[in-house]
Amino acid sequence: MIALLAREIRIAWRAGGGILTGILFFLAVVVVFPFAVGPDTRLLSHLAPAILWIGALLASLLGLDRLFAQEREDGSLDLLVMQAHPLALTIFVKALAHWMVSGLPLVLATPLFGVMLNLSGFAIGVTALTLAAGTPAISFIGAVGAAVAVKLPRGGMLISVLVLPLVIPVLIFGIASIVGALEDPAPFTGPFLLLCATTLFTSVLGPLAASVMLRHSAD
Amino acid sequence: MTSNTVSQPRLGNFWGLANPTRFMAFTDRILPYLIAATLAAFAIGLYLSFNAPQDYQQGYTVLIMFIHVPAAWLAMMTYSVMSVSAIGTIVWRHPLADVSLRTAAPLGAVFTFLALATGSLWGKPMWGTWWEWDARMTSVLILLIIYLGLIALSKAFDEPSEAAQPLAVMTLTGFIIIPIIKFSVDWWNTLHQPASVSRLGQPAMDAAFLYPLGTMALAYTLLFFTLHFMAMRNEVLARRIRSIKIRATRKRKQS
Repeated sequence: MIALLAREIRIAWRAGGGILTGILFFLAVVVVFPFAVGPDTRLLSHLAPAILWIGALLASLLGLDRLFAQEREDGSLDLLVMQAHPLALTIFVKALAHWMVSGLPLVLATPLFGVMLNLSGFAIGVTALTLAAGTPAISFIGAVGAAVAVKLPRGGMLISVLVLPLVIPVLIFGIASIVGALEDPAPFTGPFLLLCATTLFTSVLGPLAASVMLRHSAD
Repeated sequence: MTSNTVSQPRLGNFWGLANPTRFMAFTDRILPYLIAATLAAFAIGLYLSFNAPQDYQQGYTVLIMFIHVPAAWLAMMTYSVMSVSAIGTIVWRHPLADVSLRTAAPLGAVFTFLALATGSLWGKPMWGTWWEWDARMTSVLILLIIYLGLIALSKAFDEPSEAAQPLAVMTLTGFIIIPIIKFSVDWWNTLHQPASVSRLGQPAMDAAFLYPLGTMALAYTLLFFTLHFMAMRNEVLARRIRSIKIRATRKRKQS
């Protein structure tokens, strides 16, 4: 399993710098927003958590259609399905690897972008924390979408349409906990714990659903 | 029930199915009665609705409730029917379950759209706004997006039988939205009013409104089953035609 994790990350590094593309995409989204809403720093710092979250959401969705497509093309998907390990565990590791190359770099890049959007240090910390807690859920839910669309030749768009409605709770709890930390009356612990719970919940259910799907598509 | 369907060869799946045949015969017999019952329920329901008293606050606009609330209920019930069908597809790989799932999706999308549209028309005079990003409306809108996504997914495959499993998995994953819609008005205290019918004990609604609403809900439910059965029959027939065509093409190639 650790070998699989290492392999996934190596492939992501090698295949045209997937990690860098993700961060670049994130940067592009962040840069586009000031053009759209105007360079008012007060407004920007108010919107910044939302911008960062939406950027992270879109960047995580980007690489999803490649999650199983490559394995299917070269046939190693059948090997993964026929392994002695439970298939759900394999998918869990693959989704985790997807997060480590798509979600984690964004979390690490958040301080930089936060400064660009005029966020305070505390707000940057909170945003990075919620992103770290929430973005794995996007990968786990996305694994289901990727498994469903694995047979489709042009599944990329469809995956986003199918997955976006399902990750909305993640977005809600993520933003709610940031608001809770920054503004006084709103609670922080509740939404943040719900966010963590969502991640844990999807980390079990997502791989299970995806494994049902992949086992079917393999035979 | 399922053994004779599973043992069929893959391509002939929809050719010699004993079970869809029985389904066709059953619905053939029951559909005329179902249509008659739907029409009768709608006639009674609409009559009762139009003769319902005006609300002391809302005036005549309360009548919108009689088409709005059943549509919203049916939007959720349709998804539940689809989820049960999805379980049937995954566990037993029953072809009829896939037919049911696939044909229910457009119906559910229409009911959801009806609920949103009538709610919007009702919201304008009552709340002074067409749309508000309130928890219940937003979650129902998400349900509509899920429906449309599922329809898109069901059309995305060249071979219809290949879509069955992906559709079922995605439907079950999306089921999480149903409890969220149901309890959204309790969890988030927002503009949309909480449930006033399915409350334990006494409903918070006067009998003068409750009877028309109940009749309309029954009419909508009957309408759903009528349309669903008809759509399923069409789908079964379409698949038979498809497999006949494939067989004919094969024979032509062999000779």
